[in-house]
Amino acid sequence: MMPRLPHGSFWRLAVIGLLLSQAPAFLGSAALAQHVTAPAPTGPVRTDEPLPGGRPPSPPVQADSDRANAIREANRTAAEYNQAAHEAADTGGMPQLDFANPLTIAQVVWLFVIFGLLVFLAAHYLLPPVAEVLENRRARIGADLDAARDARAEAEAAEAGQRDSTARARAEAQASVAAAAAAAQADAARRNEALAEKLNAQIAEAETRISAARDSAMAALREAATDATQALVKRLSGLEDKAAVEAAVGRELAARNITSGAA
Amino acid sequence: MAAEGKTIDALSQFELVPVLGPIGRAVGFSQSNAHMLLAVGLITLLFMVGMRHRAVVPGRLQSAAEMLYEFVEGVLIGQVGHEGRRYFPFVFALFMFVLFGNMLGLLPYAFTYTSHIAVTLGLAILVFLVTTIVALAIHGKKFFGYFFPEGAPLWLAPIIIPVEVVSYISRPISLSIRLFANMVAGHVMLKVFATFIVLIGSLGAVGFLGAALPLAVNVALIGFEILVAFLQAYVFAILTSIYLHDAVHLH
Repeated sequence: MMPRLPHGSFWRLAVIGLLLSQAPAFLGSAALAQHVTAPAPTGPVRTDEPLPGGRPPSPPVQADSDRANAIREANRTAAEYNQAAHEAADTGGMPQLDFANPLTIAQVVWLFVIFGLLVFLAAHYLLPPVAEVLENRRARIGADLDAARDARAEAEAAEAGQRDSTARARAEAQASVAAAAAAAQADAARRNEALAEKLNAQIAEAETRISAARDSAMAALREAATDATQALVKRLSGLEDKAAVEAAVGRELAARNITSGAA
Repeated sequence: MAAEGKTIDALSQFELVPVLGPIGRAVGFSQSNAHMLLAVGLITLLFMVGMRHRAVVPGRLQSAAEMLYEFVEGVLIGQVGHEGRRYFPFVFALFMFVLFGNMLGLLPYAFTYTSHIAVTLGLAILVFLVTTIVALAIHGKKFFGYFFPEGAPLWLAPIIIPVEVVSYISRPISLSIRLFANMVAGHVMLKVFATFIVLIGSLGAVGFLGAALPLAVNVALIGFEILVAFLQAYVFAILTSIYLHDAVHLH
């Protein structure tokens, strides 16, 4: 699988590649420039040539000892130069690639020691507290969330209970109102009935009384009529025929459609 | 130190020098290793001091420590899954070691140990060995099936297997050269432009004006290098995670 790289790396790597490919020319010359400022002499210096290192050429007339000293010194300078050039060739370029330097490899050995120390410290001392704190926080937040969820459920249950009890109370109230109304209605109906009964009884009684009074009045009328007729007949004719008078009165009363209860 | 004898010397900053006197010379302890120790010390200090309260509501240092922890955890778990938790200390140490190496190297007078190919190659080979050993430990002989994908026609084996083997073996090389080259290029550019500042600045009044340009470039480069320092540590960590994913899941 190809590793996914951030896009920025690509052009950067390209720049670095370019730089590294130019390194021997660009950087190498820069590093060498410190060491090499004069053309390299090769081999022992011949006495009849100008000396390196900017020394003035020997005057034409010279003592033998002076010449010998000059040659020795020139040879020494050349040896020093050769050594310096050799060192420059060794260390020339990047110090990172100077594997002749024992420190280059030694730092890797130390790297493993120090990095191993870091892994050990991280595994045993640095990371467990962070894990613990994060775990605690997660647990605490979770517990708080649970508590909040519980409280919400509780509140919802309470609300539902309240709604239920309100509905129940309303239903009860309506029922009792209806019952009271029904009771009142029944009461009123019973009272009406009783009153009507009583009134009917009174009416019936009164009617009985009226009819009795009428009957008695009718009976009294017949008697009075009979008496008056008898008295009239006696006075007029001196006759005293009670039965005939009664019959006549009865006939007359029947003719006039007056009946007597008593008769 | 920037301009010795009026020449651009961009490479002497990478030279290894023994420290701690004769003892350091004897055991080959260079300033590079001293900076590694410094990085480990700073990482330890950040986590020890940052996490000393273990507060539920973190302070600044604790936030930084937790952020780094969760960042690397996200990278690793995102690639490998929860089986990858065992390798978390390793990946975390890699990320922090590279990050602190890159960042410390940007400070004046500091040495950038991640600019040494030997160091980055050492880390990359460590990653290579760890992932290969993990793969062998989990899958045994089946690990070698990784080099020949299932379902590929058999007659392609002579082509596919060498290609897969080469790509597998080139992992530590690409991993190490990417980090090394990024750090070297950045520091060389910084040093080159810093040398320009000195060279142009030595020309007098006109030079001071002229030196402002490379100075501005260097200011921008420093910002860019901070980005690169973080990015390369991230790339190192995520590539390690990808290799671990391959080692754990074989695909």
